[in-house]
Amino acid sequence: MSDDLFKLNIDGEEVEVPRSYTLMQACEEAGAEIPRFCYHERLSVAGNCRMCLVQWHGAPKPIASCAQTVGDMRMNPDGTPPNISTKGDYVEKARNGVMEFLLINHPLDCPICDQGGECDLQDQAVAYGRADSRYELNKRAVEDKNMGPLVKTIMTRCIQCTRCVRFAAEVAGVEEIGMISRGEGAEITTYLEESLTSELSGNVIDLCPVGALTSKPYAYNARPWELRKTESVDIMDAMGANIRVDAKGDAVMRIMPVINEAVNEEWLSDKSRFIWDGLARQRLDKPYVRRDGKLTPVNWGEAFAATKDVLSIAPEKIGFVAGDLIEVEQAKAALDLARAMGVQNTDCRPAGAAYGTSGVREHYLMNAPLAAVEEADALFLVGTNPRVEAAVWNARIRKAWLWNELKVFVVGEASDLTYDYTHLGSDPSAIAEIAKQAGFEKPMVVVGESALAREDGNAILAAANDAAHSIGSIKEDWAGFGVLHTAAGRVGALDTGFVPGEGGVDTAGILNGGMDAIVLLGADEVDLSKTGNVKIIYIGSHGDAGASKADIILPAAAYTEMAATYVNTEGRVQMTRRAVQPKGEAREGWAILRALSDVLGKKLPYDSADDLRAALREANPIFAGLGYAPGHEGAEALNEKIGSGGSSVSGAPFTAAISDFYMTNPIARASKTMAECSLQKQGLETPVAAE
Amino acid sequence: MALRRFDLEAGGDSFAFKPETEPTIAFWLGKYPEDKKRSAVIPLLWLAQKDNAGWLSEPAMREVADRLEMPYIRVYEVATFYTMFRLQPVGKHHIQLCGTTPCMLRGANDLKEVCEKKIGKPMHVTDDGRLSWEEVECLGACVNAPMAQINDYYYEDLTTESFGEILDKLGNGVDVDPGPFVDRLNSAPQGGLTSLMEGDLFDGSRNAISELPNLPSAAPAEPEAAPAPAPEAEAKTTLIKDSKPAPKAEDKPEILTVAAGEEDDLKRIKGIGPVNEKALNELGIFKFRQIAAWTPENVDWVEDFMSFPGRIEREDWIAQAKTLAEGEETEFSKRVDAGEVESSKDEGET
Repeated sequence: MSDDLFKLNIDGEEVEVPRSYTLMQACEEAGAEIPRFCYHERLSVAGNCRMCLVQWHGAPKPIASCAQTVGDMRMNPDGTPPNISTKGDYVEKARNGVMEFLLINHPLDCPICDQGGECDLQDQAVAYGRADSRYELNKRAVEDKNMGPLVKTIMTRCIQCTRCVRFAAEVAGVEEIGMISRGEGAEITTYLEESLTSELSGNVIDLCPVGALTSKPYAYNARPWELRKTESVDIMDAMGANIRVDAKGDAVMRIMPVINEAVNEEWLSDKSRFIWDGLARQRLDKPYVRRDGKLTPVNWGEAFAATKDVLSIAPEKIGFVAGDLIEVEQAKAALDLARAMGVQNTDCRPAGAAYGTSGVREHYLMNAPLAAVEEADALFLVGTNPRVEAAVWNARIRKAWLWNELKVFVVGEASDLTYDYTHLGSDPSAIAEIAKQAGFEKPMVVVGESALAREDGNAILAAANDAAHSIGSIKEDWAGFGVLHTAAGRVGALDTGFVPGEGGVDTAGILNGGMDAIVLLGADEVDLSKTGNVKIIYIGSHGDAGASKADIILPAAAYTEMAATYVNTEGRVQMTRRAVQPKGEAREGWAILRALSDVLGKKLPYDSADDLRAALREANPIFAGLGYAPGHEGAEALNEKIGSGGSSVSGAPFTAAISDFYMTNPIARASKTMAECSLQKQGLETPVAAE
Repeated sequence: MALRRFDLEAGGDSFAFKPETEPTIAFWLGKYPEDKKRSAVIPLLWLAQKDNAGWLSEPAMREVADRLEMPYIRVYEVATFYTMFRLQPVGKHHIQLCGTTPCMLRGANDLKEVCEKKIGKPMHVTDDGRLSWEEVECLGACVNAPMAQINDYYYEDLTTESFGEILDKLGNGVDVDPGPFVDRLNSAPQGGLTSLMEGDLFDGSRNAISELPNLPSAAPAEPEAAPAPAPEAEAKTTLIKDSKPAPKAEDKPEILTVAAGEEDDLKRIKGIGPVNEKALNELGIFKFRQIAAWTPENVDWVEDFMSFPGRIEREDWIAQAKTLAEGEETEFSKRVDAGEVESSKDEGET
């Protein structure tokens, strides 16, 4: 037997597990199922629910398997491996007793409880509970607590597992939930019932094994067994978190995280989780054409005819701008159409950005996978605040900081990132400081996309790349340099080549006058105030900034309503699935452009989404690798330094890319829940800061 | 346990530690490394409670959290876990009445009735802000049951009468000395000692090392070395000295009768409290010079009479009395004069 392995006899089956395993993990290795409430793989061990009791033959009492380290166990007196039973009368009786105590104060309100049907306590009570209650005294009742607009509390149901407390303290890094008082008086609460402020607070709903913390927006809306569950991909940030869209009829009822260790582990940011009510509000469900200054609903034929009128001008006077949420299919179709029309003015980058035209994909990817931060020993954040730009990744950074002694350095705005960091400076000149931080094995340099949208964006990228080279971020097996994007559609659009063509102008050029017609592909985050006298065609799903200025609106499907390809900031190609039908007459973006191309007489060469994707794969083979992120394979392409083109960095400090975490895209702005969160945050920021 | 919540209204908006508390805070913080300073949370909460009229307000708790750089919720958890942190205002004299089994068997329930009658419900503060009470679990003074802790001191061996009297006095602004409220010292037997009365138990004379009879005698390392002097050897073998003969009547010290107001304040001697002073006065001892003149025989007699063998010598009453008789001061008497010694104050003194 090796030194790091330990033999156990579990239910008569011999298993050999690492000494660092808990007894619970060893039992699972042996195929036994251990019930639990307080234990969670991604949180510290509390050992307070006692549901995971097993029998260790020879021990005087049942053992809480979650808190027993295998390496601390001793052999039987005769030297044979310890015998563990996870079944049998002894264990049954122990768990039965625990369950009886848990149920003493638990209300029998399953019929009106939102957790019903997906409740750990309910499930385990079926397996281990008594049929009746022997408790004759009054049950305890606990006051419900305010936890903000997302988490609904029914605290009498709480069994004090403290998962939520540990999540807030360990993963979210915002210590705001706690257990006050003690014994029978113990209660879970936030400090004086203030609202949760973490961007990850919704995860406590998933963590709660009972119905004490449930989703407030989803309350009493549906039962889990009524929901149609579709696994998909989130597009609220550039991480591409894996989600499950639960729908009833044609409405999305809730969004839950799906485990993907490489991307979001099992967490989801509040924006991704609670955005769904925005999918039913402010929707563009019919084509509109502006007549006499008023948007009038029309049919598709009329809308296309009007579009043809607008676009029948010199191609130099037409611009295509792709928005933050654009899917690859739409970008590809739009780009093909634009080029077919002779339009070179196409761009998917925010105004002012000049990166991404070198033709080297690694220059705009994050390169190191999101999970690589757990291997890294230093992380340099340049002009980015991952807490709001990629909240779930921020939790992973915190994890690495907490457990792997990752050192974090920030060039940019000094804000609370939930972990300690060294602030090297607020303006791009501090990038030079990075080069002085030598001595790290696997350093990562991450530049925020907003830093590249500045006038000196290319110089910043070049300077950061230079620094990354000098500290050894780029090696054969380590590509620790890249860009953290904020928009889900950006990398995919760049991969299709959605940048200005030969002689074309970029986003700023398109929007700062000079065009006669602009096609906005869901572009709402752009400044439309300087476009001058121009006809705007808006293709998108929500009536937001772009649609309100538009002369023609072509309604498109949202990300839950179509199968669409997105590429996340690491370069990972992922696909959403259709969970519900598009609203009204809305169509998928690529289909609109395909139909339009026919009207314009420039028919695109694909008739179905599959044909389109085949064309995509042909044009760029990366689209063939679904779910794949290149990671350090990009290191070779990074060996050559990124040139600044002769420009140099300015002294202007970096500013926050996202001023309001809850309001970053048209779907979020349509969501009532997000509006509440936003108000809450603003409300919190004023009085507390004054104290 | 009742719900424990901050009284936010009474807590106001701000709290500041008293300047004189700062050295104590520094002392506690000094015990822990800078990055582990949250270890001082309980002492600091306690000091905050002391500085906030006996209860912990929400601003006071926040002050502690800010000083220790802890999230408020973590301090809140500690403050609500320990019931000795009171989250609501209490009276100037907060009575913690022990209701655990020994005290209960000795009549704590009757004392509760006294509290309810004289103060009101638990944690209710009287209108004048002087009194409040609560029932607590065992305070570890079962030998003096039933008892109550009032602010920082124990009041023991209570009866409904004596307890009622204490509450009346405190309620009228009169201080009451703590301790047992029956005729005994601490938890010694009522009415004087019944055992351990031999004087030499306490004078150190029994501490001499004796040779154990069955110990195999170690071979002397240096055979030429001179044997130990005989008297010392004798002393070593004597485990217990003969007890002293009982003091004789002629050893009684000189007594005086003095007019009221003429007597010295014997409590200025360290070791003499109100009880001993009374006993000495009854003997006829009123002046420092009387004590200063005591012979060893007189001392034996007084110690025997007052049932505390060895104490006069140990506490050096005679030397103290000499100094005081000459009109000078001792360290202790200065403190008494400054009113710093609780046990030397007269009953009823405010």
